[in-house]
Amino acid sequence: MAEFKLLTNDIGAPDLETRAGYERVGGYQALREAFKRFTPDQLVQEVKTSGIRGRGGAGFPTGTKWSFLPKETFPRYLCCNADESEPGCFKDRFLIDNNPHQLIEGVLIASYALQVNVAFIYIRGEYYDQRLTLERVAEEARQAGYIGKNILGSGFDCDVIIHGGAGAYICGEETALLDSLEGLRGQPRLKPPFPAVKGLYGQPTVVNNVETLCNLPEITLRGGEWFKSIGTEKSTGTRLFCCSGHINRPGTYEMQLGTPIRELLEEECGGMWNGRALKAFQPGGGSMQVLLPEHLDLPLDMEEVARAGSSLGAGAMVFMDDTTCLVDYSMRLVDFYEHESCGKCVPCREGTYFESLLMHRLEAGEATTAELATLTDICSNMDGRCFCPLGDTATWFVLSAYRAFRDEFEAHCGAGRCPVRTRSAALVA
Amino acid sequence: MSLAAETRVAIERARERYPQPRSAVLPALWAVQREIGLLTPDAMAEVAGILNLAPSEVEAVSTFYSMYFQHPHGRHEVVVCINVSCALRGAEEIVEHIARTLGCASGETTTDGEFTWSSTVECLGACGGAPAMQVDHHFQENLTPARVDEILARTRGAAGPTPAGDR
Repeated sequence: MAEFKLLTNDIGAPDLETRAGYERVGGYQALREAFKRFTPDQLVQEVKTSGIRGRGGAGFPTGTKWSFLPKETFPRYLCCNADESEPGCFKDRFLIDNNPHQLIEGVLIASYALQVNVAFIYIRGEYYDQRLTLERVAEEARQAGYIGKNILGSGFDCDVIIHGGAGAYICGEETALLDSLEGLRGQPRLKPPFPAVKGLYGQPTVVNNVETLCNLPEITLRGGEWFKSIGTEKSTGTRLFCCSGHINRPGTYEMQLGTPIRELLEEECGGMWNGRALKAFQPGGGSMQVLLPEHLDLPLDMEEVARAGSSLGAGAMVFMDDTTCLVDYSMRLVDFYEHESCGKCVPCREGTYFESLLMHRLEAGEATTAELATLTDICSNMDGRCFCPLGDTATWFVLSAYRAFRDEFEAHCGAGRCPVRTRSAALVA
Repeated sequence: MSLAAETRVAIERARERYPQPRSAVLPALWAVQREIGLLTPDAMAEVAGILNLAPSEVEAVSTFYSMYFQHPHGRHEVVVCINVSCALRGAEEIVEHIARTLGCASGETTTDGEFTWSSTVECLGACGGAPAMQVDHHFQENLTPARVDEILARTRGAAGPTPAGDR
């Protein structure tokens, strides 16, 4: 099998979702080692050495982000971003469902490295059972002395608060997350100042993704140099890829970065379903640009995928077979952004509205060629002109699909119905 | 004073838990919605009182998030994902089936008050088990019309609703 299990290696061990089960596979040893072998600064250095980049989508080097915290300014906060809502993405849920203590341990190691005494896990409201799981395991960890005062006799204190959201994709944007956590409408803040300088309650704050933090126990135990030996030079380690769409085995697969996308599709996902051909795929979640069958030999590597005009983003892969209508697919994504636009800035609020209006008319076969031509215009007034990346990314997929499948888009104009989608194509085979 | 003592205690506890009391707004609204099934102006004014905020500040928060509601819902909540991964695997058929079975449109409540259902473009994070929905916040995946029937029948017969969020 092509999977390379680092983060997911223990999944399947008995009672892993309990403290006792997690400890049986070596759980919380990394936290002990962190206290014993590292000063906080050394731990930050170790994470820098590992080269690990954030797993939330933007791919910023975690150690570098950590080192932006101003020295001697306290209190500082850590927020774990578990507001996973990117279309196609379900890896954070997978990690929380299957190995929740691993995340708690990662949060505690990061908190020690950053000298944070109150850490938060902001989890989306829809992940109701997952929130209850985190509350349960945090309580278990508290009773065992991993959370609280003078953890394991180290003199280090840390509380972990599980904070449930209430339905808002934008809260995955780190500054909107902070506003939401402060009890406000979750709208993004102007940057700079960046959260590292002025974040939660105006204090230095680090926001890290679930999967990023889950890597910390292994980096602590086995070292940054070891981690760096996995993956490619600039995309180190493994990543979880959430695979969905027209494939035989949808699911979450952990892959060494640098592995060809084809291996993920053919060996792990069992190839395309019903013997159909691949028409297109979206490699990084709903925000990222379309890729074509000719891109299957690209490695799972951030630079290489970026060179092909897309991004590995949040690690979601949606595969489409040859019955898929790219206009219908684009329309659903545009609808999503229109619904989730927070309304703070005009280009996003108005742009997504007009995008959605156009895409609905196009999919119904009612738009004219002249109307379709306005798509580029609408999008160019959004991309790079919005307050936060939501409005920018609301244009990326649809524009890339319009470029790659121009004939298909144009065939919709005045057709009176969708010329691609047949009713049966939408049914479960 | 209209909120139950238990709810007030939960809100006060949240207020003490956070470095700043205002952070307790979201947990407080969850607690209110769990108790009375929706967010009323009176209840939100009471939350504002406990957290030392203006009622408008609490109301502004309540209207921003899609999981809070200001109108009564049915005893059970059904949310069906229609974003891309679910759409590719038949979400549309599931949506049509539910509308037919429950006899009302997305966003509406059945006449017997059992179900409020809606389709949502907000990806639920169940793409690996598409098509998917949530019933009373619990994931139900790999849906077929027959499985939907089974789940709805079981839910309808359930003694009580799953709490619509807590703390």
